[in-house]
Parts: sequence; structure tokens; C-alpha cells
Amino acid sequence: MARFLIRRLLWSGPVLLGVLTLVFFLIHLIPGDPIDVMLGERAADADRAALRAALHLDDPISVQYGRFLAGVVQGDLGRSLSTQRPVAGLVLSRYPATLQLAVAALLISLLIALPLGILSATRPRSIADTGGLLFSLFGISMPTFWLGPLLILLFSLKLDWLPVSGRHGIASLILPALTLGLGMSAILIRLTRSSLLEVLRREFVLVARAKGLPERRVILRHALRNALIPLLTVLGLQIGALLTGSIITETIFSWPGLGRLTIQAIQSRDYPLVQGCILAITATYLLVNLMIDLLYTAADPRVQYE
Amino acid sequence: MNDEKTEGGRREAGGERDKKKFSFGFPPSPLSPPASRVLDKRITLGLAVLALFLIAALFAPLLAPYDPFELQLKEGLALPSAEHLLGQDKLGRDLFSRILFGAQISLWVGLSTVTISLAVGCLVGAVAGFSGGWIDDLLMRVVDIFLAFPGILLAIALAAILGPSLRNVIIALSVMGWVGYARLVRGQILVVRELDYVAAARALGAGPFRIVTRHLFPNIAAPLIVEATFGIAGAIVTEASLSFLGLGVVPPTPSWGAMLSDGRSFLLLAPHLTAIPGIAILWVVMALNLLGDALRDRMDVKSR
Repeated sequence: MARFLIRRLLWSGPVLLGVLTLVFFLIHLIPGDPIDVMLGERAADADRAALRAALHLDDPISVQYGRFLAGVVQGDLGRSLSTQRPVAGLVLSRYPATLQLAVAALLISLLIALPLGILSATRPRSIADTGGLLFSLFGISMPTFWLGPLLILLFSLKLDWLPVSGRHGIASLILPALTLGLGMSAILIRLTRSSLLEVLRREFVLVARAKGLPERRVILRHALRNALIPLLTVLGLQIGALLTGSIITETIFSWPGLGRLTIQAIQSRDYPLVQGCILAITATYLLVNLMIDLLYTAADPRVQYE
Repeated sequence: MNDEKTEGGRREAGGERDKKKFSFGFPPSPLSPPASRVLDKRITLGLAVLALFLIAALFAPLLAPYDPFELQLKEGLALPSAEHLLGQDKLGRDLFSRILFGAQISLWVGLSTVTISLAVGCLVGAVAGFSGGWIDDLLMRVVDIFLAFPGILLAIALAAILGPSLRNVIIALSVMGWVGYARLVRGQILVVRELDYVAAARALGAGPFRIVTRHLFPNIAAPLIVEATFGIAGAIVTEASLSFLGLGVVPPTPSWGAMLSDGRSFLLLAPHLTAIPGIAILWVVMALNLLGDALRDRMDVKSR
């Protein structure tokens, strides 16, 4: 257990370094010149050269790479080209909004998926089961950038119940969280169902039933707790989908989070900011999965890692 | 029809195995009876929708009632009518014609992305799985780094860096896509290469290339086909997402994602401009997912 944890932690380092390297070189392969973005294409050559030197863009790429890594270690992700503010600060200021959206979407998806998944698994081939499966097929296939505008049309424009966009109080959170959460719930329904079906065939369930426990208790206390363990791993992967899904959802709802910042940075060709956003999202994803691996061992002591 | 009957017959004889076959891509339920009919329904339905999609894409120039690029500015945002079955977009272009031509983009992106990803993924996976040792370690560490990017973030980043164009979207999606196949192929080869028939082939003097192409690949084809089916669906959605974000194909190319994004500004006036391209994406992706689920059950591929 301890050995696994240490190995898992140690392995996160090289992966993060690889990610940093890949992102750095991707950004520096861009055909456009950042100086053009900042000064416009008609700026005087002397001004361009001066700015280039001031930003150290005339250094060899290896020196820039070294400086970039040194900066990251110190929490310095450079400055935004368009606002001149530190990238790290900009990213952090948008972080809470994305976190709030992701957590709300996760809760919604679990609230939908657990009851439907349990219903499907306990009544296989019933109408509820078939309905749940169709819902999940629909949810998996449905593009979020289609659902979002349709929800806006219905609940904001036609019914006028909820705000169209922005982040003002809990009401404005409902539609974005629903948009992001529905697709995820579709995947979780399938997993809850298959995992629970598997567990229900085990002998300890038979024992629990033989003891005369009410079915409700057998399922909720005995079967479900075991069925949820595999769900945890998939949840880690789904956090990734949630994070990138937030890029699209935040764009639809003008939600002031990290995803919208990423798209704004891309549109204004603010490369240091793009780089910072990608790193922040990826680092979050790696961290969440690390935590889930740790949780996994806590949730199921039988789990043995090599 | 005939084929269906033999399938069904074989199934009945299959006994225990048959119980695994039912249930929309889920592990077997103890209560599921043999349900070849349900399975066949899924495959029939999936293939029928995909056939429509293929016809739309291949024969778009013949089927489209209007030129998809022809502007009718005065008729902008017109609702569906007898002349324009699905209405007209903000520039008065016929939406039905654009949906048909949009199918071409989706089909091309789906097929080319999966072909490139499969080729690269199979090569890397086969080299890693077959050679083992430090080559395997190195390649899998590279795979780990690609997998560290959540969801479609890497595709978004690449598309943003390369600039919007159809070719760049395909590159971005392939750079993201090969990793899954590489892991799949490596994992399968690690299992299969220890089997007796591979040892037999080796004893007969077969070289590594021959063993991989003639003996290993045919035996791991089933999971690859299933994965590729889901891969096409994923590529179509991701292309539409990128185009929606303005990072995909450039206007006026009729990509479903870009059309949906355009329509969003007129949500109240012309909701069909948002709804219809989304329904097109939904149907095709749903058909592919349904087919992928059915194939996975039929070919006994373990779900991930």
C-alpha cells in the first residue's frame, strides 16, 4: 500500500513534466508571431525588436524552455499578452467558477444516475430498465452544445424561469450544471446498472437475503456499497470529460470560468494564457485522479496494487 | 433473412454463452433470456440510420434541392416551408441542402480520423507489445503523457494552434485518437503472444512482422472494430464541438457544429437553425453507439 502510494506519487512528476514539455513546444510551434498580436502587424521594426528583447523572445528555444520550467516551479506562468496581468492570477481567479459548475454537474449526474441505475439493475428487462437504457444511449450521443441552447430556449426565453447566461446566484447555475451533468449521468447509469447486476449475483447478497433482510436493505446497504467501488475509477476519467465539457458549457452560458477563459485566450491569440489554462486543467485532472486512486484503496481494502 | 436464421440457430445451441448476449452493452444479467432478436434490431436500426447518413453524404450534390452556398439574403431566417423543407439560415441558405453537405464533412472527418488513429495506434501498440522491454516502457510513458490531457483538451489546444481548417481538425483528432488504439493493441498482444499458436508460428520460422500481421491482428480484430465504431462517433462529435467553438472548419463550409453555432444567435427567432443540425449529429452518433454496443455484445468483447 505505502509502496504503491509512493510509486503513484513519484510517477505523477514525470507525467506532469511531459505535459509541460508538450504544451510548451506546441505553443512555440505556432506559426503566428506573438509580437504581431501585441503591436499589430504595422508596428515599427525597432519597437518590435525592443519588445521581443524585453520579453526574452529572442533567446534560443532551450533557454526559453528552461525559464518556463523554472517559472512553473515558482508558480509563475508568465504574463497575459492582452492584459499584461500574471497568467497564474487570471487562472486562479476563474478557478472557483469552474469548480462550482463541475461539482454541481457531478451532483446532478449522480442524482439522476444512481436511482435510475438501481431501478434498472433491480428490475432487468422491465419498462424502467429499457427506459433507463434508452435515456443513457440518448445522453451519451447527445452533444452538449445542442442541449444547452435548447434548455436556454425553453427555460429562459420561453418560460422565463432561469437566467440566459452569466453567474449571478444559484438560479444561473442550474442550466449550465444540467447541460454538463446530463451527458455524464448517461454514462454513470450504465455503470451503476452493470456494476450492481454483477454484485447482486454474489453469494453475500444471497446470504443477506437468506437472513431475511428486507430487499431495500439488501440493495442499499449490502449490494450498492460494493457496486460503487468500480464507479469510482470511472468517475476519475469522467472528471476529464467534465473539465473539457465545461469549456463548451461555459462558452454557451457565458459562465466566467476556466473554460471560457481558455476560449477567450485562444480567440485573442494570448498564448501564455492559453498555455496556463491548458496546464491548469490538466493538472486538476491529474490531481483528481491521484486522489481517486487513494480513495480507492481506502474504499476497498482488498485492492492490491503491484 | 437467411443469415438471421442461422445466427439464431447457432445461438440457441450456444446455451450458456447466449445469456451474455442481451442487454444493450451491459454485462450479462442472470435474468436475460437469449435475445438475438433484440440484438438484431439494434444492428438493423443502427445500420439503417447509417445508410441514410451515407446516402446523404455521398449523393449530397444530387439530393440537395439548392446550392448550399447560395445566398438569399431577403429570405434569411425563414422557417421551414414547402420550398425550403428545413428553412433557411441567417443568409438565406437552404438548411436542408447544408445538412446534406454537412454529412460529407462529418463522414470524411469520422473515417479519416479513425483510419489515421488506427494505423498509428496499431503500429505503436504492436511494436510496444511485441518488443517489450525498454521500448515498451518508453512508448507507454509517451502514451501516459497523451492520456494526461483530459477529454478533448488536446484536440482543442492543437486545433487552436494549427488554426481552423478541415485538415487541421483531422490532424488534431488523430493526435488525440491514436493513444486509445495503441493501448488496446498492446494489451491484446501481451495476452495473445503467449498463446501456443504463436509459439508454433515462431517455431515454424515466422518473423515478427509475419506473426503480428498474420497471426496476432486477426485475433484482436474484434475489439478494434468495436473501438473504431465508437471512435467514428467520437470524432464526429468532437469535430462538431471544435467547429462550434470556432476552431474547426472555416465558414462557409457546412459543418453541423458550425451551423448550430451560427443558429444560436437566433434562438428565439429561428430555433430550427439550432435544433436541426443537433438532431442530425444526435442521430448519426446514436446509430454508431448503438451499433458499437451491439457489436461488442455479439463479438464477446469485454467492455472497458
